[in-house]
Amino acid sequence: MSQTSTLIPGATGVWGGGNKPMNASYGKLMMWFFLLSDTFSFSGLLIAYGMLRYRFPAYPHSPTDSFLPSAEHWPIPELVFDAVPFLHGVHLPLVFVGIMTFILILSSVTMVLAVEAGHRMDREAVQKWMLWTIVGGITFLGCQAWEWAHFIDGKGVGMVVKELVDGKWVEAMVYGANLEANEYGPQVFANLFFFITGFHGTHVLSGIILNFIIFYNVVVGTYDKRGHYEMVEKVGLYWHFVDLVWVFVFTFFYLI
Amino acid sequence: MMETTNNNIQVQPADPAKIKKIWKVAGILALITAVEFVIAFTVSSGMPRNSLFILLTLWKAFYIVSEFMHLKHEHKVLIWSLGLPVVFIIWLVIALLNEGSAIFSYFVG
Repeated sequence: MSQTSTLIPGATGVWGGGNKPMNASYGKLMMWFFLLSDTFSFSGLLIAYGMLRYRFPAYPHSPTDSFLPSAEHWPIPELVFDAVPFLHGVHLPLVFVGIMTFILILSSVTMVLAVEAGHRMDREAVQKWMLWTIVGGITFLGCQAWEWAHFIDGKGVGMVVKELVDGKWVEAMVYGANLEANEYGPQVFANLFFFITGFHGTHVLSGIILNFIIFYNVVVGTYDKRGHYEMVEKVGLYWHFVDLVWVFVFTFFYLI
Repeated sequence: MMETTNNNIQVQPADPAKIKKIWKVAGILALITAVEFVIAFTVSSGMPRNSLFILLTLWKAFYIVSEFMHLKHEHKVLIWSLGLPVVFIIWLVIALLNEGSAIFSYFVG
């Protein structure tokens, strides 16, 4: 949908405002290049994860064994993330993360429907679908908050670590995970979990705020006055990007 | 404040084919995720499984970028100027995975 709002009436020439490079409006183009730069940030984090993961040997495991975390081996993520709210103690590997993934994909779908309704100048439909997108985003963030809380609390199993105290190696138990202790495996596993999912969660949060601002503008009729709903499209690009990043985080952090 | 209410707004009816396409893409994304789950619990871990996961993820990413973000229908120059820089990421992935196992072999012996 090409709108002409960014063109200066009467202007001519490529640099005079009479042309649209790459056939996209200024705002959309800048959003795309911002997202490209953000791709580099997230890739940096995920590549660092890959590098540090292969600096540790994999956890030796056969399906019948129980999982006893060690600081020397990289843990099996599906055995770390096996809890679901209200089902305490039930072993449900990756189920909760799967639900979160579906919620985010679904909120991406409602965003596309909002953009599509914007092309048709259908204010009511844009309102409806944007509201569903915001609800989906908040739900995802809530799920992530629970997952963080559970990860920090730990499973209560604990792990024995060797610590150097006054020049002597002593054994100590660690429970839960934070930036200084981690009962699931090597310390860097917890650090990467907080950094990567935290960075993504921050993007989700700012996405919800942006979506809400645009939703407010839709409700008060800003885009009807402007004559087009391109802002919905731009904020939609950002929201889809957040979904896109999660697809990669899901694969590299939880599946592999 | 409300003096410039635009009265000539024409709400166009929804195109059923377009809506159908959106839900079809959504279905594909959900299906690939479901397949990933099945693989996670049936295939034993290792290089083949990891490659499968990466391929399925790239497949999902392609659908999100091309259809949801509409990039497939943008100008060719825009597609290339976004796609080419990603090549450097692929290079960085290969380089640092190599470094990771090099450090690993140093610690092993």
